[in-house]
Amino acid sequence: MKRFRGFVIKEFYHIFRDYRTLLILFGMPAIQLMLFGYVLTNEIKDAKIAIYDPSNDVITRKITDKILSSGYFILERNLSTVDEIDPVFRQGEVKLALIYEPGFAQKLEKTGRARIQIIGDASDPNTANMLVNYATGIISNFLVSMNSEKVPYQITPEVRMMYNGELKGVYMFVPGLMAMLLMLISALMTSLSITKEKEMGTMELLLVSPMRPWQIIVGKVFPYVFLAFIDACIILALGNMFFGMPIIGSISLLLLESFLYICMALSLGILISSITNSQQVAMMISLVALMLPTILLSGFIFPVENMPVIMQVLCHFMPPKYYITIIKSIMLQGNGIEYVWRETLILMGFTAFFLGLSIKKFNIRLTS
Amino acid sequence: MRTILFIIQKEFLQVFRNKSMLPIIFILPIVQLIILVNAATYEMKNIRVSVVDLDLSGTSRKLVSKFQGSPFYLLKNSSFSYKEAENKMKQGKIDMILQIPMGFEKKLLTESHANVQFVINAINGQSAGLTNAYSTMILLDYNREVLIENANPSMLGGLRSIQTDYSYWYNPKLNYKTYMVPGILVLLVTIIGLLLSGMNIVREMEIGTIEQINVTPINKIQFIAGKLIPFWLIGMFELAFGLSVGKLLFNIPMEGNLGLIFLSASVYLFVILSFGLLISTITHTQQQAMLVSFFFMVVFILMSGLFTSIESMPKWAQNLDRLNPVMYFIKIMRMVLLKGSGFADISPHFWSLVVYAGCSLSLAILRYRKVS
Repeated sequence: MKRFRGFVIKEFYHIFRDYRTLLILFGMPAIQLMLFGYVLTNEIKDAKIAIYDPSNDVITRKITDKILSSGYFILERNLSTVDEIDPVFRQGEVKLALIYEPGFAQKLEKTGRARIQIIGDASDPNTANMLVNYATGIISNFLVSMNSEKVPYQITPEVRMMYNGELKGVYMFVPGLMAMLLMLISALMTSLSITKEKEMGTMELLLVSPMRPWQIIVGKVFPYVFLAFIDACIILALGNMFFGMPIIGSISLLLLESFLYICMALSLGILISSITNSQQVAMMISLVALMLPTILLSGFIFPVENMPVIMQVLCHFMPPKYYITIIKSIMLQGNGIEYVWRETLILMGFTAFFLGLSIKKFNIRLTS
Repeated sequence: MRTILFIIQKEFLQVFRNKSMLPIIFILPIVQLIILVNAATYEMKNIRVSVVDLDLSGTSRKLVSKFQGSPFYLLKNSSFSYKEAENKMKQGKIDMILQIPMGFEKKLLTESHANVQFVINAINGQSAGLTNAYSTMILLDYNREVLIENANPSMLGGLRSIQTDYSYWYNPKLNYKTYMVPGILVLLVTIIGLLLSGMNIVREMEIGTIEQINVTPINKIQFIAGKLIPFWLIGMFELAFGLSVGKLLFNIPMEGNLGLIFLSASVYLFVILSFGLLISTITHTQQQAMLVSFFFMVVFILMSGLFTSIESMPKWAQNLDRLNPVMYFIKIMRMVLLKGSGFADISPHFWSLVVYAGCSLSLAILRYRKVS
């Protein structure tokens, strides 16, 4: 046990003496959280639009006013012909074009009907879809207010947004960022620190020491459990202080789950290092294979429910997905373990699986 | 010139001899491209609804069947207890509760006005916004039906209507894949390029082989050029390969001039690779180099405008984003491939990349010292 303690202390020295790595390790999550908390939003605002309004009458001006005062749109150009839409879209600034039919107000008075055409630049389908939806919504609201008092039999919706009344984007990004950073830092750092010993040749020294292989591995991993855990706390604290990310549920449960997730990522790191011999390969595997899937297949940015069925099945093999589900449920909905026990068990399963596999792969000799 | 060729030959040998690196460089990205493109969709479907219909009248049932008939909704279950439904939402099993209060039909017919409730799980703010928009749309439709059924024609006479038609240009079916393929491809090429170059010099430093190069007559420029060109070729090859996969598998449109794409790509790769080499010269261990590249990669990728739109960022962030090379290249790719923009349209982005490449390349050369 004393030997083991000495080994862990050695590992801590390794890390704490490399102050650059340490700075990056603690500075990175903080900076990224701040950056993304303020920057990343899926809300639309100030989208540039172009308007073609040949009649320019009282009603079209009113509608244009409504649309521009909504905060979603700003007027970039007034078009003089419909043919200008294509070149304007091609330049890439304008996202939406609004085309009033000629003689708009007159037609509306005479026939009770008039037409507006909305054209979205769907080379970015997501934005186009939202913008068209917003614009349509504003116009139909305008219509309702114009016809008000006259329409009987109205059913109006009362909308209640649960758990996130202001529809803040931060509520999505804090859990996602935590899952991604913890995963990558833990998996990367452990796999690098073990392969580094292999690459430098010092692994031989450790293997001939009286320490057991598992002691070496646990000793190597232990400091990173500690570091990753501090990172998790930094992210949680900053998210709470600066972005009002609530922690409704129990903090201790949240930390416990984070601890479990970190252990899972570390055992994945051990697995990677047991099948590779150079830092470069270990790093390429951890980053290339883990980074984009962690961002895309975990529900961080794209909701899992919207994906094709095959992809949903694939997502079940992504540990971050479970972690994100768990922490959202605890932080935002205030749920206890009775709501997340299934995900917790699955994360434990992953940990056991990765550890078991790496024990099987672990060689006591380096050259076979 | 001959010296550069030798360094290039050495780098290529190193890459191709490393059997475990080859699949990571060439196969993994393509596999990821094929898989991940399918995942990246904001398209809403299967919104899971739980109905709490406390009225159980003809009108309320018809309203529920409207939701049932919409392709966006999936009716999960109905109950008479709001508590039960809310519990389901807590468990994450449903996304929305449609509650119709008791006496709904009666109130509508006598007071000519009634309420229903949409309770939406808003943890994902964007989905919640769209869910709300779709539900309101359905309700408006239904309103019109009720109106026609119940109102007498004289009441309808004064009504005016504005018809809105919408169309989506360049991608009329809102196919997310055509949009995502170019973007994800850029990300993959960026990750590979940045990692390969970022780890390169620092690796030689760590192993000690840099000393051997330092004592040769190779000068700084030759050295950096010799390191850049192999990765540049690999990057270009990967981009071309990825584009063909995109064309064959996902049938992404290629409206514009492909030469324009490759011209911009060649400049872009210089930016990324010399950025990587710069990282490599200022760090001391591979671990540090990797963490620094990781940091920039995450920032570049998430701010690239692929996942969230740049226009909705705050002004200062948009200004900061001008330092993001990934943003320029993704814009160029999309503009040329999907909209068929010409050189004049992309030129501001293109020249930014050129300036960027010049700066980072000269910085990398300046920072590299032939002493350890």
